[in-house]
Amino acid sequence: MDGKSKLARFEACALPHMDASYNLARWLARNDHDAEDIMQEAYLRAFRFFDGFRGTDARAWLLAIVRNTFYTWLTQNGARGLLMPFDEEIHGHTAEHGAISVAVITNPETLMLQQADQKLLRQALEAIPVEFREVVVLRELEDMSYKQIAEIINLPIGTVMSRLARGRKKLSECLAETIKTGVSP
Amino acid sequence: MNCKDAQNLVHAYADKELELLKSLEMDEHLKSCPVCTQILDNTLELRSALKVADLAYQPGRALKSRIHTALKKADRAEPKPSRFLPWAWLNAGAALAVVIVLTWAVVPLLSTHTEDNLVAQEVVSNHVRSLLASHLTDVMSSDQHTVKPWFSGKLDFSPPVEDFVPQGFPLIGCRLDYLKNKTVAALVYQHRQHYINLFVWPADTGSATAPKVLSRQGYQMVHWTQSGMHFWAVSELNQDELRQFASLVQQPT
Repeated sequence: MDGKSKLARFEACALPHMDASYNLARWLARNDHDAEDIMQEAYLRAFRFFDGFRGTDARAWLLAIVRNTFYTWLTQNGARGLLMPFDEEIHGHTAEHGAISVAVITNPETLMLQQADQKLLRQALEAIPVEFREVVVLRELEDMSYKQIAEIINLPIGTVMSRLARGRKKLSECLAETIKTGVSP
Repeated sequence: MNCKDAQNLVHAYADKELELLKSLEMDEHLKSCPVCTQILDNTLELRSALKVADLAYQPGRALKSRIHTALKKADRAEPKPSRFLPWAWLNAGAALAVVIVLTWAVVPLLSTHTEDNLVAQEVVSNHVRSLLASHLTDVMSSDQHTVKPWFSGKLDFSPPVEDFVPQGFPLIGCRLDYLKNKTVAALVYQHRQHYINLFVWPADTGSATAPKVLSRQGYQMVHWTQSGMHFWAVSELNQDELRQFASLVQQPT
């Protein structure tokens, strides 16, 4: 004990990561109201377990709690369909990579991305399934390493890598689709 | 390196997460392969588009103060030994020492009883809270190979994790809980519509004890010590069913 109360120690450790936590909660829940409820519950949980926290990476620890809280919230709100288990081994890579190579040559994404503004990117990222959205958000918006992401989503680094690859591919496809159908602001 | 390998690694390469040797092999491959180079460029392009778009959401001031208030409230609800003055601690410590010496010297049986009663009260509270606060599990998984590794890094011991589906007690998930001033493992099982919380933490002494049955506020508990761990199972199940569950945990097939 360093003399400070548990609350003071917790707040010193956890409040600096509130922006990152909220960003993750908001991208998972996809609306302000639910994101705020999830944040509050997650911070209360984190406070309860603070004595058991022995790691050094408080941000990864908090983000893992935010994510767990979100999934608990999801099951309680009857959205089980969103939690469909995803098997990386079954959804193999070999067939897909052939498809990527063809797609890049016929449809240069560089052009497409120049047209994509913030609103379109936001729509596309919201549209991809949650198990891909979370890794893309952690990597691209929170700048976390594969190792940190693996710790947060509690899966091997290899899975982080393949989900990120598939997530980016889905994001590109989704952008291409939106631009093609002309649903722009 | 061929294109198939390169395309498997291109995202890790774009993220600078590739080990040096593989990264050099990638450099070499990319020099001579326009297809893979195009894929890399697309990936980098997407990354920078996401960066420029600045898609992060920020919490509002209202949320920050709402969380601060909620934390303060939770803090007040927690027991606060640190608020005592040091001399009060000494007094309390001395008094406690006397009590312990007396209880151990005079009525050893009573001592275990009191200890059990205290733990029982906490176990029931934790069980009720886990159901009330809709925080039954941190990890929802019936797979012991998911549950067991989840605990490592969060606890300094490794609780035994078994699933008893054929016997009608499927494993639902797990969470961390707080008992006897320490973080303990809580494994959650289900039997029909009822939940069982199984709390596990390391025992101070290695000696095993036979299962004892207790009941508080309509909840049944069975507790025992085995392989250096304390086990407390609690549920609203009837005593026979909970005993059946306890014997499964004691002798996993």
